Amino acid sequence: MSDIPQELKYTKSHEWVRVEEDGTLTVGITEHAQGLLGDMVFVELPEVGESYEAGQDCAVVESVKAASDIYCPVEGEVVEVNEELEDAPEQINVNAYHEGWIFRINPSNPDDVDNLMNADDYTALVEAEEH
Amino acid sequence: MTQTELKTTPLFNAHQKMGAKLVDFGGWNMPIHYGSQIEEHHQVRKDAGMFDVCHMTIVDLLGSDVIAYLSRLLANDVAKISGKPGKALYSCMLNNEGGVIDDLIIYAMAPDWVRVIVNSATRENDLAWMRSQLGDNAVELTERDDLAMIAVQGPNARALAGKTLDDDIAGAEELKPFNALLINQGADNERFVARTGYTGEDGYEIVCTNEQVESVWNNLYEAGVKPCGLGARDTLRLEAGMNLYGSDMDETTSPLESGLIWTVDFSDPDRHFISRAALEKQKNDGIKYKFVGLILNGKGVLRAHQKVIVDGEGEGELTSGTFSPTMQKAIGFARVPVGAGEHCQVEIRNKLLDAKIVKLPFVRNGKVLAG
Repeated sequence: MSDIPQELKYTKSHEWVRVEEDGTLTVGITEHAQGLLGDMVFVELPEVGESYEAGQDCAVVESVKAASDIYCPVEGEVVEVNEELEDAPEQINVNAYHEGWIFRINPSNPDDVDNLMNADDYTALVEAEEH
Repeated sequence: MTQTELKTTPLFNAHQKMGAKLVDFGGWNMPIHYGSQIEEHHQVRKDAGMFDVCHMTIVDLLGSDVIAYLSRLLANDVAKISGKPGKALYSCMLNNEGGVIDDLIIYAMAPDWVRVIVNSATRENDLAWMRSQLGDNAVELTERDDLAMIAVQGPNARALAGKTLDDDIAGAEELKPFNALLINQGADNERFVARTGYTGEDGYEIVCTNEQVESVWNNLYEAGVKPCGLGARDTLRLEAGMNLYGSDMDETTSPLESGLIWTVDFSDPDRHFISRAALEKQKNDGIKYKFVGLILNGKGVLRAHQKVIVDGEGEGELTSGTFSPTMQKAIGFARVPVGAGEHCQVEIRNKLLDAKIVKLPFVRNGKVLAG
């Protein structure tokens, strides 16, 4: 079973979301998702200042094996992207929840994050997929 | 398809013990990697790695007409290896229209015995076609599902594999590329050792019985050969400029537009191999596409089916693509208009990115050739 931190929120499409102190949301892909994709070789980041709806594809991660869309977990505007991933996409493999973060958004509605899955629900989802 | 319906090779337990990530590979439960596909790729380029290729299909053809039969069945000319036991030959097997049914390697074993190794996904189709073409030929076709195969590849592969094989293998050290040796014929410890592979590196493909393959695998591991998954096998063969059946060619494509012209032997005018007339017509009418290597200039990853645009010439398509761990760039194979020069563009997620057209292979024996 892969690492699923209790303090984070999750999506069905395997993004994790951290609520920062200033109310912005940091987004990445889960340990489980990076394991499925394998060695990362390219990340296409969203544009800072661009707004996305919940569930809209806004970034792409590519492993040797396949390309995978990253979906915006809630509606909001991108305020920062992890530019280091452009030269070191493997940071997603090394530490999906920290150095491997992909972008940060300012949510249009702060309460939207409550609609995301908690760690227990996401654990159940991963377990269901593994069997 | 659920896990329980997948076929497994006799090395399945060994893979689980070695921490393989297993995936459905054409109906077989096969290792995609044992931790990192990229590390396994480098392992083969720099040292030695081994692959479970037991899923591939081994067929023995026996009989006095075996050469006459293969002379018609295959686009390459079996005469190159007939009467030369141990010699191997790569060929396409074509349908009546000149489409590729499969690519395969044949090995001359004895004057009336040729061994054929074909792909796994095409197994049933291949066997049905091969049987349907037997006609009156005195040839007996036997699928050898009692045999297993391991590919040991890399600059140190032969030295390490040599340590694990019995003394009888001494002769294998003398094996030239694309030659093979049968040892302990008929005994439990029979080994068929071929200096062939699918990585662009030196090495062996070792065939033994299903019963013995796990011990062969473990002995190689003890000798320092690392297990590698089918993920690395794909990036290695792409760098090596080697075609993958089903991606780079199939029954709808001609070998003449798939980078396989060198395997179609027209030299003997009296050899009427299947679809020779269709291919000669294609040549006379003019080949429209050439099969080339592409290197993406900037960041990104090339993938099969991306559109290729050649200024003033028209469009083509990628047939395979990946990120090259050796070159640290995106590479791929593409069918492009025959007039294409050195530059093209590839459409990736609605953006046009510049790419360079190069001759294959990209990498051979650890060295980058195309850049």
